[in-house]
Amino acid sequence: MQHISVNVDGTQYEGDVEPRTLLVHWLRNEVGKVGTVVGCDTSNCGACTILMNGRSVKSCSVLAVQADGASVTTIQGISTGDDWHPVQTAFKECHGLQCGYCTPGMVMSAIDLLGENPNPSEAEIREGLEGNLCRCTGYHNIVRSVEKAAELMGGAK
Amino acid sequence: MIPAAFDYTRATTVDEALTALASSDDAKILGGGQSLLPVLRQRLNAPELIVDCSAIDEIKGIDAGGDKVTIGAGATHHAVMNDPAVKASVELLAQATETVADPQIRHRGTLGGSLAHADPRADQPPVALALDAEFTIAGPSGKRTVPASEFFIGPFETAVGEDELLVSVAFPKYDGWGSHYEKFNRTAQAWSIVGIAAAVRMDGGKIAEARIGLTNVGGTPVRATAVEQALVGASSMAEIAAAAERASDGIEPFADEDADVEFRKHLARVLTKRAVAKAAGIE
Ligand SMILES: Cc1cc2nc3c(=O)[nH]c(=O)nc-3n(C[C@H](O)[C@H](O)[C@H](O)COP(=O)(O)OP(=O)(O)OC[C@H]3O[C@@H](n4cnc5c(N)ncnc54)[C@H](O)[C@@H]3O)c2cc1C
Ligand code: FES
Ligand code: FES
Repeated sequence: MQHISVNVDGTQYEGDVEPRTLLVHWLRNEVGKVGTVVGCDTSNCGACTILMNGRSVKSCSVLAVQADGASVTTIQGISTGDDWHPVQTAFKECHGLQCGYCTPGMVMSAIDLLGENPNPSEAEIREGLEGNLCRCTGYHNIVRSVEKAAELMGGAK
Repeated sequence: MIPAAFDYTRATTVDEALTALASSDDAKILGGGQSLLPVLRQRLNAPELIVDCSAIDEIKGIDAGGDKVTIGAGATHHAVMNDPAVKASVELLAQATETVADPQIRHRGTLGGSLAHADPRADQPPVALALDAEFTIAGPSGKRTVPASEFFIGPFETAVGEDELLVSVAFPKYDGWGSHYEKFNRTAQAWSIVGIAAAVRMDGGKIAEARIGLTNVGGTPVRATAVEQALVGASSMAEIAAAAERASDGIEPFADEDADVEFRKHLARVLTKRAVAKAAGIE
């Protein structure tokens, strides 16, 4: 067992983990962040996307021990009280989800994308979300949601 | 799935990593983990010891002093493709790196991990080969350097020994060269079915020098020397197309679910033509 200490959504969590524990499993099973989901075994789908030290990563492809000392943001840490994150609001308004399974990962990738490029073109949105698969294939509305989010966040011109 | 159990140590210096590697007959280096963790999750491999090298700061830097750009093996794809010196002097590497996987994977995956992994489909190995990069490898008896022409040995096999660590890769500067990475794949995030790395030095509207690397047309990246020679003096699309016909000379591609042998040879020729034309700015 290895001792780790990770800041998750603004709260410091400590624990002992087996080295083989994937970060996503630790977040879900030990910290209770079940909003972050697992969709594949191959690092393809992006459903597990979180921010680690501010940048998007696939939490199924990072060991929990590697997050020791890091700061992590999950889908459960982006709203403030009752105020949704603008990307969440945009996904609701533009109906950017069908079954919703890919949505936590899509939202986290969109936040990363808009942080790097506040006014992305449609092509840049599609490329920026290339690491997130939607099995319901509702990509058009997802792209519209990100365009809307850029507008809400004041980046879109 | 969950990986099989392993011991874990996090190295913070190259020496610590080498000591840890020497302590076990079945140790595996963890770089960005973007190839290794999927392998472990699918239990295609189950090493006894994982030596995590993702926190070794001394192998993460990018240094552009002198006539080379030296990139630490631990520099992430994201760092490499956004680095001003790489973009200015080794543009082909930045272009190929942008096509690797997706943003999340590029935030963790490293240049050194990709080169050491030597997946026959990978996008950066043909760039290192075409641009004559030099690899610095650290081992129990010190550091040694290996030219790109001797680094790639076979699929998933390189000059890096079991008890060694790739520490950096140095690229000569190609200031003023035109370059383009032409990747043929089916979906945005997918691997290359065939990929062509091309860099050209123009002189008075003609190609004076060319460097071409091919990926996924065999077990290792391939340097298209016949095309490089045939391109010298070319100034039109017709001349580029004629030279690109030689891109399938001597290659031994395999068939898989994406393409059969003849289709891969066809792709090598067509994509070489496109890559060179774009690199040279000739339509
Ligand atoms: C869904 C998906 C899509 C992808 N698409 C592409 C693509 O289109 N093109 C492409 O080129 N790649 C692609 N990749 C692979 C990606 O580029 C990986 O980042 C890269 O292959 C491995 O780098 P890493 O740092 O993550 O290495 P790891 O996964 O940590 O290691 C890979 C191997 O290299 C060894 N290793 C790592 N670092 C060193 C070192 N410093 N010295 C010696 N050995 C070392 C490890 O022991 C291991 O055997 C994809 C990966 C995934 C999961
Ligand atoms: S669960 Fe599919 S990429 Fe992480
Ligand atoms: S909404 Fe169902 S997977 Fe995307």
